[in-house]
Amino acid sequence: MLAGSKAALPLIVGGIPFGILFGTLAPTSGLSIWATMAMSLIVFAGSAQFIVLALIAVQAPLEVILLTTFVVNLRHLLYATALVPKVSHLSLPLRTFLAFGLTDETFANMSQRYQPDSPLGSDHQFAHFFYIGSMISFYITWSTSTAVGLILGNMIPDMTSWGLEFAMSVTFIGMVIPYLNSKAMFSAMLSAGIASLYFAYLPNKLGLIVSALIGVAMGLLVIHFQNMPINQIKDNKHE
Amino acid sequence: MNEFWLILGMFVVTFGIRFVMFAFAGKMTFPVWMQQSLKFVPPAVLTAIIIPAVVMPYGKIDISFTNVYLLAAIISVIISLVTKSLLKTIFFGMLVFLLLKFLMAT
Repeated sequence: MLAGSKAALPLIVGGIPFGILFGTLAPTSGLSIWATMAMSLIVFAGSAQFIVLALIAVQAPLEVILLTTFVVNLRHLLYATALVPKVSHLSLPLRTFLAFGLTDETFANMSQRYQPDSPLGSDHQFAHFFYIGSMISFYITWSTSTAVGLILGNMIPDMTSWGLEFAMSVTFIGMVIPYLNSKAMFSAMLSAGIASLYFAYLPNKLGLIVSALIGVAMGLLVIHFQNMPINQIKDNKHE
Repeated sequence: MNEFWLILGMFVVTFGIRFVMFAFAGKMTFPVWMQQSLKFVPPAVLTAIIIPAVVMPYGKIDISFTNVYLLAAIISVIISLVTKSLLKTIFFGMLVFLLLKFLMAT
Protein backbone atom coordinates (compact mmCIF):
# COMPACT_ATOMS: atom_id res chain seq x y z
CA MET A 1 0.00 0.00 0.00
CA LEU A 2 2.82 2.34 0.91
CA ALA A 3 4.43 1.66 -2.45
CA GLY A 4 1.17 2.68 -4.14
CA SER A 5 1.00 5.98 -2.29
CA LYS A 6 4.64 6.61 -3.11
CA ALA A 7 4.15 5.95 -6.82
CA ALA A 8 1.16 8.28 -6.75
CA LEU A 9 3.18 11.11 -5.22
CA PRO A 10 4.11 13.03 -8.41
CA LEU A 11 0.51 12.96 -9.63
CA ILE A 12 -0.77 13.86 -6.17
CA VAL A 13 1.41 16.94 -5.95
CA GLY A 14 0.18 17.92 -9.41
CA GLY A 15 -3.41 17.42 -8.28
CA ILE A 16 -3.30 19.70 -5.22
CA PRO A 17 -3.62 23.02 -7.13
CA PHE A 18 -6.64 21.66 -9.00
CA GLY A 19 -8.40 20.62 -5.82
CA ILE A 20 -7.76 24.10 -4.46
CA LEU A 21 -8.95 25.68 -7.72
CA PHE A 22 -12.09 23.55 -7.64
CA GLY A 23 -12.85 24.57 -4.05
CA THR A 24 -12.27 28.23 -4.88
CA LEU A 25 -14.37 28.29 -8.06
CA ALA A 26 -17.30 26.13 -6.95
CA PRO A 27 -19.10 28.70 -4.77
CA THR A 28 -18.56 31.33 -7.50
CA SER A 29 -20.46 29.06 -9.90
CA GLY A 30 -23.35 28.87 -7.46
CA LEU A 31 -22.64 25.61 -5.66
CA SER A 32 -23.13 25.61 -1.89
CA ILE A 33 -20.20 24.79 0.39
CA TRP A 34 -21.63 21.44 1.46
CA ALA A 35 -22.37 20.40 -2.11
CA THR A 36 -18.83 21.33 -3.17
CA MET A 37 -17.36 19.19 -0.42
CA ALA A 38 -19.84 16.37 -1.07
CA MET A 39 -18.93 16.35 -4.75
CA SER A 40 -15.24 15.82 -4.00
CA LEU A 41 -15.98 13.26 -1.26
CA ILE A 42 -18.76 11.26 -2.94
CA VAL A 43 -18.36 11.70 -6.70
CA PHE A 44 -14.54 11.93 -6.77
CA ALA A 45 -14.07 12.72 -10.49
CA GLY A 46 -11.67 15.60 -11.15
CA SER A 47 -12.32 16.84 -14.68
CA ALA A 48 -16.05 16.00 -14.65
CA GLN A 49 -16.42 18.12 -11.51
CA PHE A 50 -14.96 21.15 -13.28
CA ILE A 51 -17.18 20.63 -16.31
CA VAL A 52 -20.24 20.40 -14.05
CA LEU A 53 -19.24 23.71 -12.42
CA ALA A 54 -19.19 25.35 -15.85
CA LEU A 55 -22.68 23.96 -16.52
CA ILE A 56 -24.07 25.07 -13.15
CA ALA A 57 -22.72 28.56 -13.81
CA VAL A 58 -24.83 28.80 -16.99
CA GLN A 59 -27.84 27.31 -15.18
CA ALA A 60 -28.10 24.09 -17.17
CA PRO A 61 -30.85 21.76 -15.92
CA LEU A 62 -30.04 18.69 -13.83
CA GLU A 63 -30.72 16.19 -16.64
CA VAL A 64 -28.22 17.88 -18.94
CA ILE A 65 -25.61 18.02 -16.18
CA LEU A 66 -25.99 14.30 -15.47
CA LEU A 67 -25.95 13.42 -19.16
CA THR A 68 -22.72 15.40 -19.57
CA THR A 69 -21.20 13.71 -16.50
CA PHE A 70 -22.05 10.38 -18.07
CA VAL A 71 -20.50 11.20 -21.43
CA VAL A 72 -17.38 12.72 -19.89
CA ASN A 73 -16.80 9.79 -17.56
CA LEU A 74 -17.46 7.11 -20.17
CA ARG A 75 -13.71 6.82 -20.71
CA HIS A 76 -13.52 5.11 -17.32
CA LEU A 77 -15.21 2.15 -18.98
CA LEU A 78 -12.02 1.66 -20.96
CA TYR A 79 -9.89 1.90 -17.82
CA ALA A 80 -12.06 -0.65 -16.08
CA THR A 81 -11.99 -2.99 -19.07
CA ALA A 82 -8.20 -2.83 -19.11
CA LEU A 83 -7.98 -3.59 -15.38
CA VAL A 84 -10.62 -6.35 -15.20
CA PRO A 85 -8.20 -9.27 -15.80
CA LYS A 86 -6.04 -7.96 -12.95
CA VAL A 87 -8.84 -7.71 -10.39
CA SER A 88 -11.16 -10.58 -11.34
CA HIS A 89 -9.63 -12.86 -8.66
CA LEU A 90 -10.71 -10.43 -5.92
CA SER A 91 -13.98 -10.51 -3.98
CA LEU A 92 -16.96 -8.42 -5.12
CA PRO A 93 -16.90 -6.04 -2.10
CA LEU A 94 -13.22 -5.38 -2.74
CA ARG A 95 -13.85 -4.81 -6.45
CA THR A 96 -16.65 -2.38 -5.53
CA PHE A 97 -14.26 -0.46 -3.32
CA LEU A 98 -11.58 -0.39 -6.03
CA ALA A 99 -14.11 0.77 -8.67
CA PHE A 100 -14.94 3.83 -6.56
CA GLY A 101 -11.32 4.99 -6.77
CA LEU A 102 -10.80 4.36 -10.46
CA THR A 103 -9.70 7.88 -11.41
CA ASP A 104 -7.45 8.94 -14.28
CA GLU A 105 -4.51 9.16 -11.89
CA THR A 106 -4.93 5.78 -10.23
CA PHE A 107 -5.40 4.17 -13.63
CA ALA A 108 -2.13 5.74 -14.76
CA ASN A 109 -0.41 4.33 -11.67
CA MET A 110 -1.89 0.89 -12.14
CA SER A 111 -1.05 0.60 -15.83
CA GLN A 112 2.56 1.14 -14.79
CA ARG A 113 2.35 -1.32 -11.93
CA TYR A 114 0.87 -4.06 -14.13
CA GLN A 115 3.62 -3.85 -16.74
CA PRO A 116 5.33 -7.26 -17.05
CA ASP A 117 8.66 -6.07 -15.64
CA SER A 118 7.47 -3.12 -13.64
CA PRO A 119 10.12 -1.68 -11.32
CA LEU A 120 7.20 -1.07 -8.94
CA GLY A 121 6.86 -4.80 -8.27
CA SER A 122 5.96 -7.88 -10.29
CA ASP A 123 3.72 -9.79 -7.85
CA HIS A 124 0.41 -9.13 -9.58
CA GLN A 125 -1.43 -11.24 -7.02
CA PHE A 126 -1.09 -8.52 -4.41
CA ALA A 127 -0.98 -5.49 -6.67
CA HIS A 128 -4.40 -4.42 -5.39
CA PHE A 129 -2.75 -3.22 -2.19
CA PHE A 130 -0.77 -0.87 -4.39
CA TYR A 131 -4.07 0.19 -6.00
CA ILE A 132 -5.65 0.86 -2.60
CA GLY A 133 -2.62 2.89 -1.52
CA SER A 134 -2.77 5.00 -4.65
CA MET A 135 -6.53 5.62 -4.52
CA ILE A 136 -6.63 6.46 -0.81
CA SER A 137 -3.80 8.98 -1.19
CA PHE A 138 -5.65 10.64 -4.05
CA TYR A 139 -8.90 10.66 -2.15
CA ILE A 140 -7.38 12.34 0.89
CA THR A 141 -5.48 14.86 -1.24
CA TRP A 142 -8.46 15.72 -3.43
CA SER A 143 -10.86 16.29 -0.54
CA THR A 144 -8.32 18.19 1.57
CA SER A 145 -7.34 20.49 -1.26
CA THR A 146 -11.01 21.12 -2.08
CA ALA A 147 -11.53 22.19 1.54
CA VAL A 148 -8.46 24.45 1.39
CA GLY A 149 -9.85 26.01 -1.80
CA LEU A 150 -13.21 26.64 -0.13
CA ILE A 151 -11.52 28.40 2.77
CA LEU A 152 -9.27 30.47 0.49
CA GLY A 153 -12.22 31.43 -1.70
CA ASN A 154 -14.08 32.56 1.37
CA MET A 155 -11.23 34.83 2.43
CA ILE A 156 -11.02 36.68 -0.89
CA PRO A 157 -14.15 38.78 -1.12
CA ASP A 158 -16.20 39.39 -4.25
CA MET A 159 -14.36 37.06 -6.58
CA THR A 160 -17.13 37.02 -9.15
CA SER A 161 -16.49 40.64 -10.10
CA TRP A 162 -12.89 39.79 -11.02
CA GLY A 163 -14.02 37.72 -13.96
CA LEU A 164 -13.12 34.48 -12.25
CA GLU A 165 -15.22 32.62 -14.80
CA PHE A 166 -12.22 33.02 -17.08
CA ALA A 167 -10.23 30.86 -14.66
CA MET A 168 -12.44 27.98 -15.79
CA SER A 169 -11.84 28.72 -19.47
CA VAL A 170 -8.09 28.98 -19.05
CA THR A 171 -8.02 25.73 -17.04
CA PHE A 172 -9.87 23.96 -19.85
CA ILE A 173 -7.56 25.48 -22.48
CA GLY A 174 -4.56 24.12 -20.59
CA MET A 175 -6.23 20.70 -20.40
CA VAL A 176 -7.30 20.56 -24.03
CA ILE A 177 -4.23 21.80 -25.94
CA PRO A 178 -2.04 18.74 -25.16
CA TYR A 179 -4.66 16.60 -26.95
CA LEU A 180 -3.85 18.35 -30.23
CA ASN A 181 -1.51 15.68 -31.51
CA SER A 182 -3.27 14.28 -34.57
CA LYS A 183 -5.33 15.42 -37.55
CA ALA A 184 -8.30 13.45 -36.25
CA MET A 185 -8.16 15.16 -32.86
CA PHE A 186 -7.71 18.58 -34.44
CA SER A 187 -10.76 18.02 -36.68
CA ALA A 188 -12.80 16.77 -33.72
CA MET A 189 -12.01 19.84 -31.64
CA LEU A 190 -12.43 22.31 -34.51
CA SER A 191 -15.85 20.97 -35.46
CA ALA A 192 -16.97 20.77 -31.81
CA GLY A 193 -15.89 24.40 -31.41
CA ILE A 194 -17.74 25.67 -34.49
CA ALA A 195 -20.81 23.61 -33.64
CA SER A 196 -20.85 25.02 -30.11
CA LEU A 197 -21.37 28.53 -31.52
CA TYR A 198 -23.98 27.37 -34.01
CA PHE A 199 -25.94 25.50 -31.33
CA ALA A 200 -25.35 28.03 -28.56
CA TYR A 201 -29.02 28.94 -28.38
CA LEU A 202 -30.43 25.42 -28.14
CA PRO A 203 -32.65 25.12 -25.05
CA ASN A 204 -31.31 23.62 -21.82
CA LYS A 205 -27.69 24.01 -22.90
CA LEU A 206 -28.08 20.92 -25.05
CA GLY A 207 -25.73 22.59 -27.53
CA LEU A 208 -22.80 21.27 -25.50
CA ILE A 209 -23.74 17.60 -25.92
CA VAL A 210 -24.73 18.04 -29.57
CA SER A 211 -21.44 19.81 -30.37
CA ALA A 212 -19.39 17.22 -28.50
CA LEU A 213 -21.08 14.41 -30.46
CA ILE A 214 -20.43 16.23 -33.74
CA GLY A 215 -16.77 16.55 -32.72
CA VAL A 216 -16.51 12.84 -31.86
CA ALA A 217 -18.20 11.88 -35.15
CA MET A 218 -15.79 14.09 -37.09
CA GLY A 219 -12.80 12.55 -35.32
CA LEU A 220 -14.01 9.04 -36.16
CA LEU A 221 -14.60 10.07 -39.77
CA VAL A 222 -11.04 11.37 -40.14
CA ILE A 223 -9.63 8.17 -38.61
CA HIS A 224 -11.78 6.20 -41.03
CA PHE A 225 -10.48 8.09 -44.07
CA GLN A 226 -6.90 7.86 -42.85
CA ASN A 227 -7.24 4.07 -42.73
CA MET A 228 -8.60 3.78 -46.27
CA PRO A 229 -6.49 1.50 -48.49
CA ILE A 230 -5.65 4.26 -50.97
CA ASN A 231 -3.93 6.24 -48.23
CA GLN A 232 -1.93 3.25 -47.13
CA ILE A 233 -0.65 2.75 -50.68
CA LYS A 234 0.39 6.39 -50.82
CA ASP A 235 2.12 6.16 -47.44
CA ASN A 236 4.02 3.07 -48.50
CA LYS A 237 5.31 4.84 -51.59
CA HIS A 238 6.62 7.66 -49.45
CA GLU A 239 8.65 5.23 -47.42
CA MET B 1 -31.03 23.29 -8.67
CA ASN B 2 -31.55 20.59 -6.08
CA GLU B 3 -28.03 19.89 -4.90
CA PHE B 4 -28.96 16.63 -3.23
CA TRP B 5 -30.09 15.11 -6.53
CA LEU B 6 -27.11 16.65 -8.30
CA ILE B 7 -24.60 14.91 -6.01
CA LEU B 8 -26.54 11.66 -5.86
CA GLY B 9 -27.02 11.59 -9.63
CA MET B 10 -23.37 12.36 -10.34
CA PHE B 11 -22.32 9.64 -7.90
CA VAL B 12 -24.60 7.02 -9.49
CA VAL B 13 -23.46 7.90 -13.02
CA THR B 14 -19.74 8.07 -12.19
CA PHE B 15 -19.60 5.05 -9.92
CA GLY B 16 -21.86 3.04 -12.25
CA ILE B 17 -19.46 3.50 -15.15
CA ARG B 18 -16.44 2.59 -13.02
CA PHE B 19 -18.15 -0.41 -11.43
CA VAL B 20 -20.02 -2.14 -14.24
CA MET B 21 -16.98 -3.81 -15.81
CA PHE B 22 -15.57 -4.86 -12.44
CA ALA B 23 -18.92 -6.33 -11.47
CA PHE B 24 -19.20 -8.53 -14.55
CA ALA B 25 -15.47 -9.27 -14.39
CA GLY B 26 -14.65 -9.48 -18.06
CA LYS B 27 -17.77 -10.82 -19.72
CA MET B 28 -18.07 -7.76 -21.95
CA THR B 29 -15.90 -6.24 -24.65
CA PHE B 30 -16.15 -3.11 -26.79
CA PRO B 31 -16.11 -2.66 -30.53
CA VAL B 32 -13.08 -0.76 -31.82
CA TRP B 33 -15.06 2.26 -33.03
CA MET B 34 -16.41 2.78 -29.52
CA GLN B 35 -12.95 2.67 -28.00
CA GLN B 36 -11.79 5.17 -30.60
CA SER B 37 -14.70 7.52 -30.04
CA LEU B 38 -14.22 7.65 -26.25
CA LYS B 39 -10.80 9.14 -26.80
CA PHE B 40 -12.38 12.15 -28.54
CA VAL B 41 -14.98 12.83 -25.86
CA PRO B 42 -13.07 14.86 -23.26
CA PRO B 43 -11.39 17.24 -25.74
CA ALA B 44 -14.63 17.68 -27.72
CA VAL B 45 -16.63 18.50 -24.56
CA LEU B 46 -13.96 20.87 -23.25
CA THR B 47 -13.73 22.71 -26.59
CA ALA B 48 -17.51 23.02 -26.76
CA ILE B 49 -17.43 24.67 -23.31
CA ILE B 50 -14.45 26.97 -23.94
CA ILE B 51 -15.48 28.42 -27.32
CA PRO B 52 -18.89 29.87 -26.35
CA ALA B 53 -17.47 31.04 -23.00
CA VAL B 54 -14.80 33.18 -24.67
CA VAL B 55 -16.39 34.06 -28.04
CA MET B 56 -19.73 35.10 -26.57
CA PRO B 57 -19.01 36.01 -22.92
CA TYR B 58 -22.05 38.30 -22.76
CA GLY B 59 -24.42 36.09 -24.71
CA LYS B 60 -23.69 37.43 -28.20
CA ILE B 61 -20.91 36.46 -30.59
CA ASP B 62 -18.17 39.07 -30.16
CA ILE B 63 -15.07 38.61 -32.29
CA SER B 64 -13.19 41.86 -31.71
CA PHE B 65 -10.19 43.31 -29.91
CA THR B 66 -12.43 44.60 -27.15
CA ASN B 67 -13.42 41.06 -26.18
CA VAL B 68 -10.97 40.51 -23.32
CA TYR B 69 -12.04 36.89 -22.88
CA LEU B 70 -11.25 35.99 -26.50
CA LEU B 71 -7.92 37.84 -26.49
CA ALA B 72 -6.79 36.24 -23.25
CA ALA B 73 -7.95 32.83 -24.50
CA ILE B 74 -5.90 33.10 -27.69
CA ILE B 75 -2.84 34.15 -25.69
CA SER B 76 -3.48 31.24 -23.27
CA VAL B 77 -3.49 28.80 -26.18
CA ILE B 78 -0.08 30.12 -27.22
CA ILE B 79 1.18 29.93 -23.63
CA SER B 80 -0.01 26.32 -23.42
CA LEU B 81 1.67 25.40 -26.71
CA VAL B 82 4.94 26.99 -25.59
CA THR B 83 5.12 25.93 -21.93
CA LYS B 84 3.30 22.58 -22.28
CA SER B 85 2.40 22.99 -18.62
CA LEU B 86 -1.14 23.14 -17.31
CA LEU B 87 -0.25 25.10 -14.18
CA LYS B 88 1.83 27.69 -16.05
CA THR B 89 -0.98 28.11 -18.59
CA ILE B 90 -3.50 28.76 -15.83
CA PHE B 91 -1.21 31.14 -13.96
CA PHE B 92 0.02 33.23 -16.89
CA GLY B 93 -3.29 33.03 -18.77
CA MET B 94 -5.11 34.41 -15.74
CA LEU B 95 -2.45 37.10 -15.34
CA VAL B 96 -2.90 38.16 -18.98
CA PHE B 97 -6.68 38.22 -18.56
CA LEU B 98 -6.59 40.39 -15.43
CA LEU B 99 -4.02 42.75 -17.01
CA LEU B 100 -6.07 43.13 -20.21
CA LYS B 101 -9.20 43.69 -18.19
CA PHE B 102 -7.46 46.35 -16.12
CA LEU B 103 -6.05 48.07 -19.24
CA MET B 104 -9.42 48.05 -21.02
CA ALA B 105 -11.15 49.53 -17.99
CA THR B 106 -8.83 52.51 -17.84
